[in-house]
Amino acid sequence: MAESILFWILAAGVVVGGAQVVLRRNPAYAAMSLVACFFFLAGIYVLLSAHLIAILQVMVYAGAVMVLFVFVIMLLNLKEEELGEQRITLWKGIGALSVVALVGLIAFSALRHAYTGRVRDLAVEQLATGFGTVKAVGRTLYLFSILPFEITSLLLTVAIVGAVVVAKGKI
Amino acid sequence: MVGPLHYLVLAALLFGLGAVGVVLRRNALIVLMSIELMLNAVNLTFLTFSRFPLVQTAPTQGGFLTGHAAVFFVIAVAAAEAAVGLAIVIAVFRSRTSVNVDEFDTLKF
Repeated sequence: MAESILFWILAAGVVVGGAQVVLRRNPAYAAMSLVACFFFLAGIYVLLSAHLIAILQVMVYAGAVMVLFVFVIMLLNLKEEELGEQRITLWKGIGALSVVALVGLIAFSALRHAYTGRVRDLAVEQLATGFGTVKAVGRTLYLFSILPFEITSLLLTVAIVGAVVVAKGKI
Repeated sequence: MVGPLHYLVLAALLFGLGAVGVVLRRNALIVLMSIELMLNAVNLTFLTFSRFPLVQTAPTQGGFLTGHAAVFFVIAVAAAEAAVGLAIVIAVFRSRTSVNVDEFDTLKF
């Protein structure tokens, strides 16, 4: 029961935050809404027993990535006239309608038949092994996906160097 | 009672919001934020299928927690993507003095 109430509150927060990101004209407000959306999403992850991922969501997304976004927004310091006017064109309408149709198709055609039999809940089944905790996910990461894990560190290094090279005017 | 379908529909909604943002908004920063929204929708789907699996035994060695490992990598790649994407926005803003993606058409044929 408590899970249901929490889910609906958090889901409403996620959807409202996500909608604000799309609808807000000023990117600074959009970034703040995105931070709120990520916090609510971290709550949803806790409901899914993904404790490590929830912490990473707050630290990496709401912390690091969004600070980067806010830095860039303030660095660019866009004036009101540079934001451009929001025009509703025919193609935008067609695009929005096709996206809504796609979501409807996914939600009501594909997902409806996903779970036909009894639903297995691993968070209940594997409670003793610590489903979703740092220890359990760390075991999976280090024992069975160590190569992607190491390549990720290389990717982050390349991203740091690439970001500096691209953003810096003259080397 | 909240089941897996609730989480999956929420993920579909979030993905739709992100897709609408990419399609409708012309501000490069908001397009990047919408891409982050879509990546988070994918993460939510991964975690839902990780907690409510459709198969009896895990198909890979890592057990059912490979979904969590996948989300870990998605977060790392998203962080890298945000850093490089924002660097490109800054570099383009320096030469064009604009963040409107409609004006970035030098490569257009």
